[in-house]
Amino acid sequence: MHGFANPARFLRLARWLMPLLLIPGVILAGGALVWGLFFAPAEGLQGETVRILYIHVPAAWLGMGGWKVIAGASFVELVWRHPLAGLAARAAAVPGAFFTAVCLVTGSLWGRPAWGAWWVWDGRLTSMLVLLFLYFAYIALAGAASGDGQGNSRVPAVFGLVGAVNIPIIHYSVLWWNSLHQPPSLSLGRSAMAPDFLWPLLIAMLGFSLIFGGVVLARMRALLAQIQAEARLRRKAQGAFGSGASA
Amino acid sequence: MREMLDPWIFVHLSYAIGVGGTALMIAWSLWSMRKAERRRERSREP
Repeated sequence: MHGFANPARFLRLARWLMPLLLIPGVILAGGALVWGLFFAPAEGLQGETVRILYIHVPAAWLGMGGWKVIAGASFVELVWRHPLAGLAARAAAVPGAFFTAVCLVTGSLWGRPAWGAWWVWDGRLTSMLVLLFLYFAYIALAGAASGDGQGNSRVPAVFGLVGAVNIPIIHYSVLWWNSLHQPPSLSLGRSAMAPDFLWPLLIAMLGFSLIFGGVVLARMRALLAQIQAEARLRRKAQGAFGSGASA
Repeated sequence: MREMLDPWIFVHLSYAIGVGGTALMIAWSLWSMRKAERRRERSREP
């Protein structure tokens, strides 16, 4: 694993891996959404609104998945001091927050025709909103930690680990508390959905996951380039100051 | 009494937000990556 801690090796890998994730991701997600919008059947009870599923479920999956990446990378950073792990955690925060927001907005758009309400303060919706606030706090903390000039990213890493407590709460909220939200239809190796709905959904989830991976790599490259540029400029400034002082 | 709403408005809005937002996020991440990498190249110049 420490072989990938070398930034030059990571950049070589990221340069070809990023388009390899983004291009198939866009094709798969786009194809699945066209399938869901025009070719998948309407559902008996919910009618046409069920088509929101193909946006809402991948967004929920990646909203929670993004924080799992942050928690995993934070753990690696704290335990093994892997220099790129902190960057991976920071890079996953913005796309994670974006997909959480899309999940909340599309859930609200689904809730209005299905439940007759834009929003209800039940366990699933509230814990998902808490996740969005956790993302905002993480982004602010990580920004402050990188801006202090010390490169101290232990505080956001600890926050990333502690915040992971919310993930099982989101997952089990529909089982622990009474909720308008339906219980999970998909779990590992089991599905309560008919294949007509399941296949476009799985392809959409795969496509959006590849897009997520590509965006995380692009963000990591941006953060790495930013750190390297700042380090060079600092060295130049110190060199100029040093030669000026000796003269 | 159940309120009659046009479901397609909600479906289309969801798709517009999901697809438009994802396209913007991809474009922004690629643009900020290119900008940061150009700045790194400039910092190499003596």
